[in-house]
Amino acid sequence: MARIAGVDLPRDKKLEIALTYIYGVGRTTSKQILQQAGVNPDTRVRDMTEDEVSRLREIIERNYRVEGDLRRIVQGHIQRLIDIGCYRGIRHRRGLPVRGQRTRTNARTRKGPRRTVGVRRKK
Amino acid sequence: MARSLKKGPYVHPSLLRKIERLNAANEKRIIKTWSRASTVVPEMIGHTIAVHDGKRHIPILITENMVGHRLGEFAPTRHFRTHGHHTERSTALR
Repeated sequence: MARIAGVDLPRDKKLEIALTYIYGVGRTTSKQILQQAGVNPDTRVRDMTEDEVSRLREIIERNYRVEGDLRRIVQGHIQRLIDIGCYRGIRHRRGLPVRGQRTRTNARTRKGPRRTVGVRRKK
Repeated sequence: MARSLKKGPYVHPSLLRKIERLNAANEKRIIKTWSRASTVVPEMIGHTIAVHDGKRHIPILITENMVGHRLGEFAPTRHFRTHGHHTERSTALR
């Protein structure tokens, strides 16, 4: 069981893929890390030696912003947009798409499940 | 695509002139502007700028965090007025 950067432990995967389970590590970063650590990207997680695990852990901790820290940084950027009340901030506040996508249809990722709004008649 | 650095940020010349005059006189007055495309530059911090939204000027107090954004980003041009209320006015014709 390899535990790197907090709570991450994929298992039967090759290292290059396994590392991408960490928030903030994609394929490119994963390759960089493995190269720096001098670990073969094709070894499986379960076949890693203790030494290799600790080397990876060290490199990630020292040079990369991952998991909680990264999430907080991203959240901070969003919060700034919200606080200054600019267009993007308003879209975040409303939970609508931020980058100019259409909202007449689609946009379900941001808007969540459909809620039908009927017309309320006045008696 | 981002603007070329060589040119520096775009601020409408007359707006910049007004800001500089206020800064020199150490004054704060609301400046009306139609120039939504102007970038917020550090000189504007602390001033209130009224940005045109197509109908009226919306006063915006410029803070440090706003630097680098465009003035228009702070004055929305569309206002959503909720769906589905049958008011007297909308039903009158039927």
